[in-house]
Amino acid sequence: MDFAISISGFVALYVFMLAAFAGWVIIGHVPAILHTPLMSGSNFVHGIVVVGGIFALLNASTTLEQGIGFFAVLLGAGNAAGGFAVTRRMLAMFQTSGTAAKPHHKKKV
Amino acid sequence: MFTMIPQLAIGIADLAAAFLFMYGLQRMSSPATAPSGIFVAGIGMAAAVLASFLYAFDVSAAAQPHLLVNISLALIALVLGGGAAWWSGKTVAMTAMPQMVALYNGMGGGAAGAIAAVELFGAKAQGSTQLVVTLLGALIGAVSLSGSLIAWAKLDGVITKPLRVKGQQYFNMAVLLVLLAVGGYIVFVTTRGSDPLIAMPSLLAVFFGLALIFGVLMTLPIGGADMPVVISIYNAFTGLAVGLEGFVLQNPALMIAGMVVGAAGMLLTLLMAKAMNRSVANVLFTNFGDAPKQKQSAIKGSLKPVDAGDAGIFMRYAKEVIIVPGYGLAVAQGQQKLYEFVKLLQAAGVVVKFAIHPVAGRMPGQMDVLLAEAGVPYDLIFQLDDINDEFANADVALVIGANDVVNPAARNDKSSPIFGMPILNADKAKKVYVVKRGQGKGYAGIVNALFYGDNCDMVYGDAQAVLVKMIEAVRGLGTAAAA
Repeated sequence: MDFAISISGFVALYVFMLAAFAGWVIIGHVPAILHTPLMSGSNFVHGIVVVGGIFALLNASTTLEQGIGFFAVLLGAGNAAGGFAVTRRMLAMFQTSGTAAKPHHKKKV
Repeated sequence: MFTMIPQLAIGIADLAAAFLFMYGLQRMSSPATAPSGIFVAGIGMAAAVLASFLYAFDVSAAAQPHLLVNISLALIALVLGGGAAWWSGKTVAMTAMPQMVALYNGMGGGAAGAIAAVELFGAKAQGSTQLVVTLLGALIGAVSLSGSLIAWAKLDGVITKPLRVKGQQYFNMAVLLVLLAVGGYIVFVTTRGSDPLIAMPSLLAVFFGLALIFGVLMTLPIGGADMPVVISIYNAFTGLAVGLEGFVLQNPALMIAGMVVGAAGMLLTLLMAKAMNRSVANVLFTNFGDAPKQKQSAIKGSLKPVDAGDAGIFMRYAKEVIIVPGYGLAVAQGQQKLYEFVKLLQAAGVVVKFAIHPVAGRMPGQMDVLLAEAGVPYDLIFQLDDINDEFANADVALVIGANDVVNPAARNDKSSPIFGMPILNADKAKKVYVVKRGQGKGYAGIVNALFYGDNCDMVYGDAQAVLVKMIEAVRGLGTAAAA
């Protein structure tokens, strides 16, 4: 058996179309109050590009390719890690009156 | 046979990642479930990244001798890039969030562009479709990288003024056309197998260089208050670039994640543009806020300054107060003091609500996050459509650091540049207090009729200082009553 994935032109267009619809619908349900975390969260999601960077770097055979591949992984990893860190931080701050906690800012020393 | 197990593992991990991304974003439809949403998306990401090292079992023959070096490089890049971004994400101030998101977004675009560069310089793309898609992804990714960096510089205050030159739009258009021509030429000579006029690597370098320059040129003339649209659009661009490179690498997880984000970014872009009553093209290609161009209808009335303490005491005896915070509040770092004041009002039995305009702040929803950071419960925070009818019942509308978004000219003055923009109806409240640094105009450069209304008083001063005075006045009242 072969598990290699092969996506040709039209299949790719179908995938793109369905993904775009799904994204549009899912994001359309996010309330305006969460638009900033949503933006950094979707920012995090396209950090998956780091996987492509790793693939490109592992298949690099010249110094130039290695250099650019390294750059790709570096940036992709930054995108993913940074996006995750800020999104989680922001979402942790949203509280209702019932659970209203102290302000989340750091105490001044 | 040897590559079967790694392929299967990568396939499963990527499928899981794609599912968890969608599920995670779907859980963002409520503040209560959103934290678990980003958590599951994070698990998907971790799984996909770990599995991607299994590509090592299936590398091309040419890369085989370099495998050990390449794996080490990948690990170093992961730790360096991920570590630095993680640390900065943990420590950045909430007010600096827009530039941080712009920066991370630019990194994603740069990564997509770099993947395309590896494919192109290594001449790995097979067939004209692949080549065109690779180039397109490279273009969008590179524009997103340099454009986001300029957006970051503007938001961070490195670049303070929109840079505008006469005929700039024509020049930008020319650069874009040359860029597309170079791309077309690359496709032409590669598919024909003929020799290009200049060596292919140089040609590719020109292509990438022009794309980066175009991103800079496109973003430089755009003003600060238009940044919500710009950040959203570059988010969409990076998503699109990632999706396209996903196709080139035959990785459906990248295709799906990229496209979902592309659609999400587009939706937010349109929402933001709608909230400004302008088209996306208008934001990107016209120099807004330069100077008032039209003659405005004459405004009757006068500005009536009042003491901050008096205003605070007036609100203490009101039944309902609606607060309209704007970017000026964030600039003055007054959110904590504002919530302190609100808690005093609540303790005195005043109903307090926050009314947020969609474009309050420098990215969509930024004001909501800043209030949440100060501890304001989200059930007190209302969006434009949900609260606009309630201003008529409110005793006081307290406008802090906001201007254009409460200008009634948007409703009733056809000659105003912001006519038709959805605004918060603060002027409908029985009493309006406007906290403002000085008599300056808002981003649109127009006079605000609200300030001249009979029901409106001005409280001049830095938002934080004004709030401190209000708090002191109300507190003083409390102790006087107790004594």
